[in-house]
Amino acid sequence: MPKILVVTSGKGGVGKTTSTAALGAALAQSNQKVAVVDFDVGLRNLDLVMGAERRVVYDLINVAQGDAKLHQALIRDKRLENLYLLPASQTRDKDALTEEGVRRVIDELRERFDWIVCDSPAGIERGATLAMRFADVAVVVANPEVSSVRDSDRIIGLLDAKTEIAEKGGRMEKHLLLTRYDAGRAARGEMLNVDDVLEILSIPLLGIIPESEDVLRASNVGTPVTIHSGTSAPSRAYADAARRLCGAQVPMDIPSDKKGLLVRLFGRRAA
Amino acid sequence: MKLFNFFNRRTSAPVARERLQILLAHERASVSNSNLVALLHKEVLAAVSKHIEIDPDKVEIKLREGDAVSLLEIDIEISANAPARDAPAGVAA
Repeated sequence: MPKILVVTSGKGGVGKTTSTAALGAALAQSNQKVAVVDFDVGLRNLDLVMGAERRVVYDLINVAQGDAKLHQALIRDKRLENLYLLPASQTRDKDALTEEGVRRVIDELRERFDWIVCDSPAGIERGATLAMRFADVAVVVANPEVSSVRDSDRIIGLLDAKTEIAEKGGRMEKHLLLTRYDAGRAARGEMLNVDDVLEILSIPLLGIIPESEDVLRASNVGTPVTIHSGTSAPSRAYADAARRLCGAQVPMDIPSDKKGLLVRLFGRRAA
Repeated sequence: MKLFNFFNRRTSAPVARERLQILLAHERASVSNSNLVALLHKEVLAAVSKHIEIDPDKVEIKLREGDAVSLLEIDIEISANAPARDAPAGVAA
């Protein structure tokens, strides 16, 4: 049965789009058909992070309003044949998106894909509530930082109240993805550690993505980090998270890039 | 001097955790209260308008929380010529 996954956070800039692209690509790499859907109307960026910005013709709103067919709007990834992108509109007003329109698009996507990954905009307004509206699984992306954790708590409340599954008396499956984590700083007590955040938010942990230069490097060239540098620490962390989403038992560790002395001394300019 | 600072430095993460725990305990309570108030508003409105015609905007419900007691205030303004719904047709007209 297809899964509708929303990647959400409340706060902006914590890594929703990066995580959507990375998880979507990792799921597609495990031979599942994946559509990543950008809900950030007016400020789309998933196309850019996926490297498909010059291939956008039609978008989510065109399909929702019946001005374009779904297959016309879906952009097939050039690297992974199982991965597709449905971009958001850059020019339309966010009010152009309606609940009924989104429902129709999601229902149609359900027939063609195993995973539909919805990239939520920041905030708690229309775009964000519509992105989570029909989901059955939520990945809450948070940084180990007070404002991000507070906003995640708020979003968890909305996931339990304003989604279709919650209104029907069901339970939204929620997972925490902790991004930009610096294990060294957390160990020195300079940053909230994993246990602190888990205790406060009390939802299960999906993965810990270490702070890494590879994430920016991948978005610079428009490639999901899981495709760009398959062996890097963040890439392995996202791949593990994707396997956990599929129900696999993967031991939780914080991947790190072990650097030798030479790399430490001279590695900065290498990439 | 630097070494001295290193050993004396109070770590900031426990402060962050404590602040969040206090804040969120408060925020979670107030969010669930606002839901309660909205629900009460809806149900009181429904119950009263079965019998008296009222303007939904003139119904005010407040929940004030004190340390010892909490206060639930329900204010409903009824206009002087509001017809009673279950009054006999002849009287209402």
